[in-house]
Amino acid sequence: MAINTPSHGPETDSPLPPDTEGAHTGETGRRKRLSPAKLYLRRFTRNRPALAGLVLFFLLVLFSIVGPFLTHWNYQEADFTSLSVAPGVDGHLFGTNGAGNDTYAQLVHGLSRSIIIAVSVSLLTTTIAALFGTTAAYFGGKVERAMLGFVHFLLILPSFLIIALVGTHYRGQWQVLVVVLTVFGWMLTSRVIWSLATSLREREYVMAARFMGVSPLRTILRHLVPNIGSLLIVTFTLGVASTVQAETALSFIGFGVKQPDVSLGTMLADGQHTLSTAPWLFYLPAVMVVLLTVAMALIGDGLRDALDPTSQSGGRA
Amino acid sequence: MIDQRTVASESGTAQPLLSVRDLKVTFPSEAGRVDAVRGVSFDLHRGRTLGIVGESGSGKSVTSMALMGLLPDYASVSGHATLGEDNLLELDDKQLSKVRGRQMGMIFQDPLSSLTPIFSIGSQIVEALQIHQNLSSAAAWKRAVELLDLVGIPNPDRRAKGFPHEFSGGMRQRAVIAMAIANDPDLIIADEPTTALDVTVQAQILDVLKTAQRETGAAVIMITHDLGVVAGSADDVVVMYAGRSVERAPVDQLFAAPRMPYTIGLMGAIPRLDSSGRDALVPVPGTPPLLVDLADACPFADRCPVVEDACREAEPPLSPVGGAEAETTAAAHLTACRRSAEISDGAIDGATVYPVPERRVTENALSSGEERRTVLELSGVTKTFPLTKGGLLKRRVGTVFAVNGIDLTIHEGETLGLVGESGCGKTTTLLEIMGLRPPEQGRIAIRGRDVAELRRKQDISEVRRDIQMVFQDPMGSLDPRMTVFDILAEPLRAVGERDKKKIAAQVAELMDLVGLDPEHHERFPAAFSGGQRQRIGIARALATRPKLLILDEPVSALDVSVQAGVINLLNDLKAELGLSYLFVAHDLSVVRHISDRVAVMYLGRIVETGSTDAVFNKPRHPYTRALLSAIPLPDPVAERTRERILLKGDLPSPTDDRPGCGFITRCPLHLTLSDPQKEQCRGVTPRLTERGRQDHRDACHFADTFTTADS
Repeated sequence: MAINTPSHGPETDSPLPPDTEGAHTGETGRRKRLSPAKLYLRRFTRNRPALAGLVLFFLLVLFSIVGPFLTHWNYQEADFTSLSVAPGVDGHLFGTNGAGNDTYAQLVHGLSRSIIIAVSVSLLTTTIAALFGTTAAYFGGKVERAMLGFVHFLLILPSFLIIALVGTHYRGQWQVLVVVLTVFGWMLTSRVIWSLATSLREREYVMAARFMGVSPLRTILRHLVPNIGSLLIVTFTLGVASTVQAETALSFIGFGVKQPDVSLGTMLADGQHTLSTAPWLFYLPAVMVVLLTVAMALIGDGLRDALDPTSQSGGRA
Repeated sequence: MIDQRTVASESGTAQPLLSVRDLKVTFPSEAGRVDAVRGVSFDLHRGRTLGIVGESGSGKSVTSMALMGLLPDYASVSGHATLGEDNLLELDDKQLSKVRGRQMGMIFQDPLSSLTPIFSIGSQIVEALQIHQNLSSAAAWKRAVELLDLVGIPNPDRRAKGFPHEFSGGMRQRAVIAMAIANDPDLIIADEPTTALDVTVQAQILDVLKTAQRETGAAVIMITHDLGVVAGSADDVVVMYAGRSVERAPVDQLFAAPRMPYTIGLMGAIPRLDSSGRDALVPVPGTPPLLVDLADACPFADRCPVVEDACREAEPPLSPVGGAEAETTAAAHLTACRRSAEISDGAIDGATVYPVPERRVTENALSSGEERRTVLELSGVTKTFPLTKGGLLKRRVGTVFAVNGIDLTIHEGETLGLVGESGCGKTTTLLEIMGLRPPEQGRIAIRGRDVAELRRKQDISEVRRDIQMVFQDPMGSLDPRMTVFDILAEPLRAVGERDKKKIAAQVAELMDLVGLDPEHHERFPAAFSGGQRQRIGIARALATRPKLLILDEPVSALDVSVQAGVINLLNDLKAELGLSYLFVAHDLSVVRHISDRVAVMYLGRIVETGSTDAVFNKPRHPYTRALLSAIPLPDPVAERTRERILLKGDLPSPTDDRPGCGFITRCPLHLTLSDPQKEQCRGVTPRLTERGRQDHRDACHFADTFTTADS
């Protein structure tokens, strides 16, 4: 801790290992103020598994965008001359399914569909939950009771039934799926966030902001939300994984994405019928789901460490 | 105390009860191996008390945890610690469990978390007894009640059936002491036993500890950061710094003639309750070193004012002062300092080790308070909380009068110290002021503006600028996710400053003002030490150029060596910027050092107020007198000779507003009064009245009799 004293010069950080340089030692002091975003980026990039996860996620996204251009097959088009052929046969890189659809084309499209649904639903639910929960906690009193009452009301609605009905009504449009999954997906997280934020609102820095006359919105955005950041990141990451599952489940029972649209979920549902005769139809989308969730987990882990001021990823000043 | 001393000196030649040799504890960490304890040795004889003092991080608690075998598995412990015949450090957990509780009793800092909430106090003591002794349940219960009686719990047979939450903090700590001495241990280890308690309760607990020691004849290791506690209770003292003992001496010798610069610094940094001097305190500069890869040099060298080049070449061992002839006597004075032979009476070569720092501005002579402008005025402010019962339909069963009609006035450039035990309503008062809302009853005016008249947002924000707050916990009051720049810029932005260059300039200016390097503005609070964090908190409060700072225990979470620096800073800022302070603290020595006027609060009321010197030199209210006498002085001779007024019991809860004095339940004066006088105490609420001397008022019907009878 001796390094922190202003009287000591920047040279005094010698006993520390080199990777603990960080943004805090004297030598950076003369530079312009480092924005928090840059600082978090620096701390994130120090975490190798997280970087690997980011690269993996980036590759998956790239694959889902570029993939369609690497084949002349369209995911909707059926090749009736080769039904259920194994990978590599008749120019089908990953084979075809029982209806003659090219598995590669379907996989690329399903992946992009699943990524879009999972990421947007997870992002939306986490954002809504965070803002709703912290706002309720910050204001307290009657506002809090009314907001929590609303959450409890939504929680007791048979959401799965409603999602299924709405999904059927709109014939499996994925945008509608995003909306309904979001609308019925944020309450539980929001309640957890609220209970965390109620302890945060008693913290002295929140009180200090109140006494300094900082506006409620600003206090919520600057003090409350960032300080439950690690929870939000974990929620977001798990949310992506669980949304993939929810979407899979809905698609499996026929309420989610529908033909002719394809998602990883519908592919898994189709593939599991022919697990013994055409295993590639199940394992290829399964691998994609696993890669997607692993990538998200690694990214989430790295982000949590980077955002957490008490973690070691920043080194010691 | 006296007969203990004779016993101890007889046993001085005998086998020591506990003998610790070269104890080392190392923890792994990301930054490398942390050498938390680096070779501590001491002997402890039966019936003696060893005080271990040091600042946070000096390894004093780790030492005791190592002796008790309570360190986590990943810590590596080496050395010898012989208690009776066993080397404690070699026993496994199962064997240690037989020793712990039987031969060793433990008292921890937080009495709430060292008792299980779901079992009654009595059954927890019974459990402690039956683990180590073959007792029938009835006999064990009887013994438990005896123990509770011994530690001064009233109605022990009834209270034994009570649960921890029904006990107050002091009562819980008494119960913990009862558990610690249940099996007649040879050694009691008390780790900061009174830190979480109020001073009046602390005095009671220290007393109980002495009783417990007398009953069991045990040796006590008393670990504390409070030199006053050590002065009053220890026979020998070990001063720890950076994982080593740097000075060891009998208590009188240590306090009379400290030889190690660090010890001298610690003692000089404490504001003294028994002196009215307003000179700047002498802080120990710098912070303790990181205990990772320490060089072979004196660890204190970087902070030492009398450092020589030779100090940085090798770490000095703990050796007797004055060479070999002193070594033979039992009362050896050992230090780990090359120059300790040259040091005497806090001076080296005739010059004091720690030069008193210059005050940045000499204080302008205080004119009489009445002529100055009033910055804050409270009159008859009351705050109540409803006491509710029932789960679904809460009904109101009573009212807690947290603040019960108090009057306070602070003039420009004045510091008002508000003191009292926890639960007396200090913090509620502050929150009432800071809330800027009209109080339930009474009136709050800031710089002449009644807060009840503040309607428009603009008015409120104008008043907000004038009044800011500094919080107690330097860690909790700074958002850990914001850099120092953002923390300091926030109040500026809140008052409408948008120009980035201006903000940057002001932030740099603020950091400079509180003695921080402006180049560190991009660091996070976690990268700063406690004292520096508190400076950031002060800088934030100063950002809007307020006229009044409300300081809620601003130094109580800091180590003494750092505390002095922050107190000096506050004094300097006050003189430089013409600030007024409302200073809330439970540490009366600090209050005495910094305040111009003092108000003593008890149960939501102010019981005595006046100029600092008047209140401290001639306290009139019995509560003030008890409060003052409960504070341990860092001076063993004064500690032993002065008379203590021990208050009985704890703060009652202020649940009703019946007439009468709130202090009756604990008042030592009340017991000596005649019946009609007692009737008056019970029936008539005493008002703050002036008696003779100007600006010194108290709320006691019989303060006169008390003072005359006493003086």
